[in-house]
Amino acid sequence: MNKLFATLSASILLTAFLSTTALGGLISDIQSRGYMKCGVLNSYAGFGFLDAQGKYQGFDIDFCRAIAAALGTDLRYTNLTGKTRMPAVQSGEVDVVLMLVTETMSRETNLALDYPAVNFYDGQAYMVRKNLGVKSALELNGASVCLTSASTGEVNTADFFRKHGMSYKPVIFERIDDSNRAYNEGRCDVAMGQSANLYAWRATLKNPNEHVVLPEFISKEPMGPVTRGNDRQFTMAVKFIVHALMLAEEKGVTQANVEQMARDPKTDPEVRRMLGADGTLGPDAGLPKDFAVRAIKAVGNYGEIFENNLGQPTKFKMQRGLNALWSDGGLYYPIPFK
Amino acid sequence: MARRPHHLLYTPRVPLWRNRTVRYAAYQLFFLGSVAWGIYSMFANAQENLRSRGIQSGFSFLYNTDSLFVISETMPVPVPEGGGLFFLVVLSGGVVGTWLLSRWAEARKIHMGDDNRLVTIAVGLLVILPGLVLYSTGHTIRSVEYIVPSTYGMGMLTGLMNTLKLGFFSLIFGTIVGLVVGIARLSSNWLVSLLSGAFIEVTRNIPLLLQIFFWYYAVLRTLPPVRQSLKLDAYLILNNRGLTLPRAVGTESFAPFMATAVLALVLIFYWARYVRRRQNRTGEQLPVFWPSLALLVGLPVVVWLLLGRPFTLVFPELRGFNYFGGLTLSPEFAAMFVSLVLYSGGFIAEIVRSGIQAIPFGQIEAAKGIGLSWGKVLRLVILPQARRLIIPPLTSNWLGTIKDTSLGVAVGYPELVAVGGTILDVSGHSLEVIGLTMLFYMLTSLLVSLLMNWYNTKVQLKSR
Repeated sequence: MNKLFATLSASILLTAFLSTTALGGLISDIQSRGYMKCGVLNSYAGFGFLDAQGKYQGFDIDFCRAIAAALGTDLRYTNLTGKTRMPAVQSGEVDVVLMLVTETMSRETNLALDYPAVNFYDGQAYMVRKNLGVKSALELNGASVCLTSASTGEVNTADFFRKHGMSYKPVIFERIDDSNRAYNEGRCDVAMGQSANLYAWRATLKNPNEHVVLPEFISKEPMGPVTRGNDRQFTMAVKFIVHALMLAEEKGVTQANVEQMARDPKTDPEVRRMLGADGTLGPDAGLPKDFAVRAIKAVGNYGEIFENNLGQPTKFKMQRGLNALWSDGGLYYPIPFK
Repeated sequence: MARRPHHLLYTPRVPLWRNRTVRYAAYQLFFLGSVAWGIYSMFANAQENLRSRGIQSGFSFLYNTDSLFVISETMPVPVPEGGGLFFLVVLSGGVVGTWLLSRWAEARKIHMGDDNRLVTIAVGLLVILPGLVLYSTGHTIRSVEYIVPSTYGMGMLTGLMNTLKLGFFSLIFGTIVGLVVGIARLSSNWLVSLLSGAFIEVTRNIPLLLQIFFWYYAVLRTLPPVRQSLKLDAYLILNNRGLTLPRAVGTESFAPFMATAVLALVLIFYWARYVRRRQNRTGEQLPVFWPSLALLVGLPVVVWLLLGRPFTLVFPELRGFNYFGGLTLSPEFAAMFVSLVLYSGGFIAEIVRSGIQAIPFGQIEAAKGIGLSWGKVLRLVILPQARRLIIPPLTSNWLGTIKDTSLGVAVGYPELVAVGGTILDVSGHSLEVIGLTMLFYMLTSLLVSLLMNWYNTKVQLKSR
């Protein structure tokens, strides 16, 4: 792994030095270019995928839209893979990557990347058939688990079962497709994956209601946009935009009422500052004065983005869980806008 | 004064570098040196790079570190210490002793099989002595099994055992299938010949990996879930977790029971030998098969009746998700086994056919002409001659099959490569794990080809 990182970062550094992007002015670069370049996935149901019309849709895509709208520019997508996403943002091929990248210490240090904010909290979890009557991962003693070879899931599962004094029978496959298929054919009681991935996969199964994703997280996966490590202004801008979407949900600012609230003098003073009606928060950060209004008008607040892409109206019917505001028992605690 | 020989009178002064012997030796030395230097520099380079990247190397992780991951199929491995070591020493001593005996007999132009005393000594060294040792110290043999937490070395060993288990059964049954189909291919019955031809073409021409996937999902799809297992009382439980059988646990009469079984084998050996020698002497034939069967079944049964049952059965019971406590044949093993048997069976069938067809047809006609039945023609005329031609290509096929077991990783069978992959990822010692895996495969293959080459020299025509 270390060796891989070393080779990878060496090649990244090389491309970074060769690229001609001016340092320190990514926001003005984007604005003079007229469009922002967003690195995304195109086949991850619910998060980043092409719809029937060939348009990019999904949770992460909406964050791309929000950032571009806040900057007042157009948006272009680049489809990336797990291998190409880091070099792409390093070399300036894309301005920001939004494709469920887990924040880890080594990625921030070894690859010199920035994680402005978390926009999705997830963890590896287990899925079982409903007719087993299992309600918790702690009831899985003696179960057989389908896993992928050399994955973190293999180690996380061993740790989890050992920690809780339970035994299990692993069936370990080379590829994730084979592991999924084996679960589907009934070889295993338990399938493992990132919780959101399990929900998305479950929705594609023949009878999604026969399967249930257990509530326990086996690992922690904080995910969010990734920016280049040497442009603090742009990184901060992305952070403020994401936090504005969260504060908007907390204060009841929605896609429908955002313009009216910005005009209304009786609106909460913090909301007025965020929306640019009072003060100079936006311009101080290098953003347009009404950056939050534009972002919320484009895609809605955080809650609306979640509901539209993953929540009850969709086939995924995902619960907010950790991805709720702090006031609803979740992890999002937006910074004060003052 | 005696004349000195001419060539000593005039010694041409050839310079060292034009001396034939010296020059040729120098070439060889230079070549050997550059190969050695190449290998050394590769090794040193790898060492240097590992050091500069801060990657730990060495094999101490194999026994120092606890591994916490679970392997789905494990088996007890006897530890070579105490009783186990004693048995091993006696057995290998027996093998070496027998080999020395045969060399001694060869030097005296005695054919070992013809000499009663020599045969008895060999049987004593190879079977009776180790058998007695095992009988008296068998209960002290300790075995270990991979249970979390174990060492990584134990994990590698478990992977190797799973590879050997799969390879062993696939080789034996693949060869039986190949032999039967190969003979059937030459049958005068049109349908039999056509069907075996079709079998050969299908199994040989579809990639092995596809066959493995086919059997794996075919097996999984037909088998019922655990709660709806097919059951034959408690003796046989079949579901999509595999075939579960009761586990046999030896009782006090287990050792005498096994001892009589071995004794029966020795008696069968002597009986068959007696029958053969008698036929050589008088031409009279005595039955071999039925008396052998009677001995093999009869003697142990007598012990059973006298001393009570030699083992008790521990029945698997349904607890939560699955049946526990029995012996389980997993769908992964079953799929690997079936596809390897069929795949290698197809190839071996063609090897067998070519071996048989290489025998001059006149021999078969002649054998039939003197009134031998088809079975005897096959057993006495065709196969002994075809064997010589079959063994070299069969050896290659066997080596291939052993290496093909590494495809088990595709369907979740925990063989050497699969377990090695996990250990590699968890420990980070990639070079060591891969090197060790290669070494294990090479040793296994070398052992098989050593045995087969030895057998090959035995059955080749001796021309003097």
